[in-house]
Amino acid sequence: MNMKTSRKTKPRKNPLLMFIHKMGSPPWFYQFSGKLIPWFWLIFAVLATWALYLGLFKAPADYLQGESVRIMYLHVPAAWMSMLIYSLMAVMGFIALVWRIRMMEILAIASAPIGAAFTIVTLASGSLWGRPTWGTYWVWDARLTSELVLLFLYLGVIGLYKSIDEPRKAARAACLLAIVGAVNLPIIHFSVKWWNTLHQGSSISLLGGSSIDASMLWPLLIMAVATKFYYGANLLTRARVSLLEQDKRKSWVREAIMEQD
Amino acid sequence: MLLAFRRRTELMFPVLFLLVVVSLFPLGIGPSPQLLARIAPGVIWIAALLATVISLDALFRTDFEDGTLEQFVISGHPLTLITLAKTVAHWLVASLPIILLSPLLAIWMNLPMESRGVMMMTLALGTPILSLIGSIGVGLTVSLKRGGQLLSLLVFPLYVPILIIATAAMMAASDGLPYAQFLGLLLAGLILSLTLAPFAAAAALKISLS
Repeated sequence: MNMKTSRKTKPRKNPLLMFIHKMGSPPWFYQFSGKLIPWFWLIFAVLATWALYLGLFKAPADYLQGESVRIMYLHVPAAWMSMLIYSLMAVMGFIALVWRIRMMEILAIASAPIGAAFTIVTLASGSLWGRPTWGTYWVWDARLTSELVLLFLYLGVIGLYKSIDEPRKAARAACLLAIVGAVNLPIIHFSVKWWNTLHQGSSISLLGGSSIDASMLWPLLIMAVATKFYYGANLLTRARVSLLEQDKRKSWVREAIMEQD
Repeated sequence: MLLAFRRRTELMFPVLFLLVVVSLFPLGIGPSPQLLARIAPGVIWIAALLATVISLDALFRTDFEDGTLEQFVISGHPLTLITLAKTVAHWLVASLPIILLSPLLAIWMNLPMESRGVMMMTLALGTPILSLIGSIGVGLTVSLKRGGQLLSLLVFPLYVPILIIATAAMMAASDGLPYAQFLGLLLAGLILSLTLAPFAAAAALKISLS
């Protein structure tokens, strides 16, 4: 008797483990994320406004790039996010496949469109920056090329998920693809980089060599933090929606919806 | 592999596809020998890549449709080995003819003599990687009706390094530069994909069959 109870209560001793365990349960996740999302949006809005103000009004124009350097305050954080989200997606996909946690499947899949959007923002803003700076919208620069390949990888994950009807099977397949892509990504990145030096001789580095002034660094860093919160808010919102969609016939969804009315 | 030989005409499709694609380039770009020689590595490799992907769709397709694949899974034999065997068989049937035929392509594209041997070596080292990585993609898409179109989207980004290294080797050989390091990289890629890809492909098949 005594042994039985002690075995039963053992996992509860670690609050972090307990928390993770609870987050795996859809109703719990739904409630918790509902509380978190408004805060994430708020923090994102405040930080993004602040960073944009600093970047667009306070920071000086670059002596080489002129006013177009301000695109960087959007471009660089977006580029960071595009890579970060892919690795997070692969990690979550790995957890989802190994421990078969359904919430992780949903989170990994919900990451893909956000990451793809950041990649598109990176490519678009990079093109707009490249026009006045390099004199062309597109060059087969190493960074641009690997970002483009990254976009294709994202689109592959999204495409695979969308084309399998059964959501859990689709999520698992897409997670596996994300992991395979993540294993390949460093190889792709370095081969593209190396290909670029082979074919073009010199490549133009973005902020290369010169140290960056604090007035230009701060908006960049604040925006980088803001985008993380944007990702968090967007991710949780997406995860909630697909959770509701998948569980629409379950009782906790009915309860959750009734509560809101 | 024996199964594939029951329909011999289908065996010819990847090779014919390769021939047609490569022959389109001189028609589209112009027959200037210098120009063709310059683009030859890229053209031959891209055509080989396309031919591989087109033939890959058949890797597990018939086995999936008649239920053999499910039998493989429940047979108790390691699925990893089975996928590896299927992939090797597929490579022998679909890619080996491409390698054997590549000297003809080299003549068509006016590829310099020095890089013809290198071309065959890059194809011999590179096409197995294509088949192995492709087997993961096929495993993921086999349960879909139109998996073939999706397959190209899934695997082409993963093929980027191989394309870069293989064409670089051929270009280096054309220019009379050392090319052994590129072949070494391809070999490394082959070993890496040989050890990892069958596991991923087996996992993908299990997901597809679930």
